[in-house]
Amino acid sequence: MRKTLMTTLIVYAAMGVAVCTVVCSASPKETVVKLAAKKFEFSPAEITVKKGEPVVLEINSEDVKHGFTLPDFGVRADINPGRVNRIAFTPNKAGRFTFACDVFCGGGHEDMSGTLNVTE
Amino acid sequence: MNKIDRRDFMKLAGLGGVVFASGLGVRALGAGRESEQLRAAKGEFYFVQLSDTHWGFDGASVNPDSQGSLKKAVAAVNSLEEQPDFVVFTGDLTHITEDAKLRRDRLAQFRDIAGSLKAKTIHFMAGEHDASLDRGDAFQELFGKLNYSFDHKGVHFVVIDNVSDPSATVGAAQLKWLQSDLSRVGKDAPLVVLTHRPLFDLYPQWDWTTRDGSAVINALMPYKNVTVFYGHIHQEHHFMTGHIAHHAAKSLMFPLPAPGTVPKRAPVPWDASAPYKGLGFRGVEADLRNARYEIAEMPISKA
Repeated sequence: MRKTLMTTLIVYAAMGVAVCTVVCSASPKETVVKLAAKKFEFSPAEITVKKGEPVVLEINSEDVKHGFTLPDFGVRADINPGRVNRIAFTPNKAGRFTFACDVFCGGGHEDMSGTLNVTE
Repeated sequence: MNKIDRRDFMKLAGLGGVVFASGLGVRALGAGRESEQLRAAKGEFYFVQLSDTHWGFDGASVNPDSQGSLKKAVAAVNSLEEQPDFVVFTGDLTHITEDAKLRRDRLAQFRDIAGSLKAKTIHFMAGEHDASLDRGDAFQELFGKLNYSFDHKGVHFVVIDNVSDPSATVGAAQLKWLQSDLSRVGKDAPLVVLTHRPLFDLYPQWDWTTRDGSAVINALMPYKNVTVFYGHIHQEHHFMTGHIAHHAAKSLMFPLPAPGTVPKRAPVPWDASAPYKGLGFRGVEADLRNARYEIAEMPISKA
């Protein structure tokens, strides 16, 4: 059965048919998580997501420019005020991981961090 | 990239590496010292690194002697039997404040205290606490350039600013300057880089990195004898990126935990049974003939 499907896909690909449509429709739906950033905290400070499921973070800064870095997944972005900053990634390992502001934003900058909890 | 401990450094030195760290003390700091003339003839000199003095910090549970620690360190350096060729402060001279006037006041107070050092030459550098909120304006008014280079007895010193940009980048303009500066130096020449943040990804989760630090390291890689001294992480730390050694210094205000050992980066509380524990400064003796540096960590309590 598996061989038949693969053969079909290869044939479709060779014919220039949109193979991606078939494959992409099978991928899990993304989870959208809203985060607020302000001096000197993220809210919520802890996020729980599932391993292997795509995540989109929608981060809004309520005051000045901040940064968002999640080094364990190679994720970072500037968080500018006045707009929703979207960051998409898929966590590929379970555990608890630190995210933090990486744009120096004032006296409490070093406390501005949170936890991404990735469950199996 | 490899983290290495003190013992590894000793092994490295035994194999002809470029750095030798010793707990026995720099010659000039203790017994068996030689005259400055003799050391110069042998291609040796020494300097002192002080870091993360955070003048203006107020937190009794972390350092009940916040007004005295820097002064004690200055007194300790002044009491050395032989004065260093120069002293360098590797950033975070003052503690952060969003009040621009207070920032200038703190920097000026710091400058006055540092001015009581006996050493004739002092090199100052900014940390993010001094410079990130005003792009280094106040620092430059009181201390001069954020990045510069100088030569001392055959060693080329390069000061790199990775703090005045709040995003912790060195930036394209400074990288261009660095490449131009390095082009005047032979590939075999001894190079010392002084900076505040680690140039490598020590622990980005705690902002212990320089976003474009790899570009700096790439620019330094063609040079055979490169050593980096930095601050920021408030603890002694040694690391290799290829043949380049990176040495972090202790703070003179409060220690921080080892990277990633606790959930939150927060100052290590004051230990009343061991005052000033984890604080200190270092002497660095350059041995040019053997292309190595001997590092001695000095406690603040010796003052």
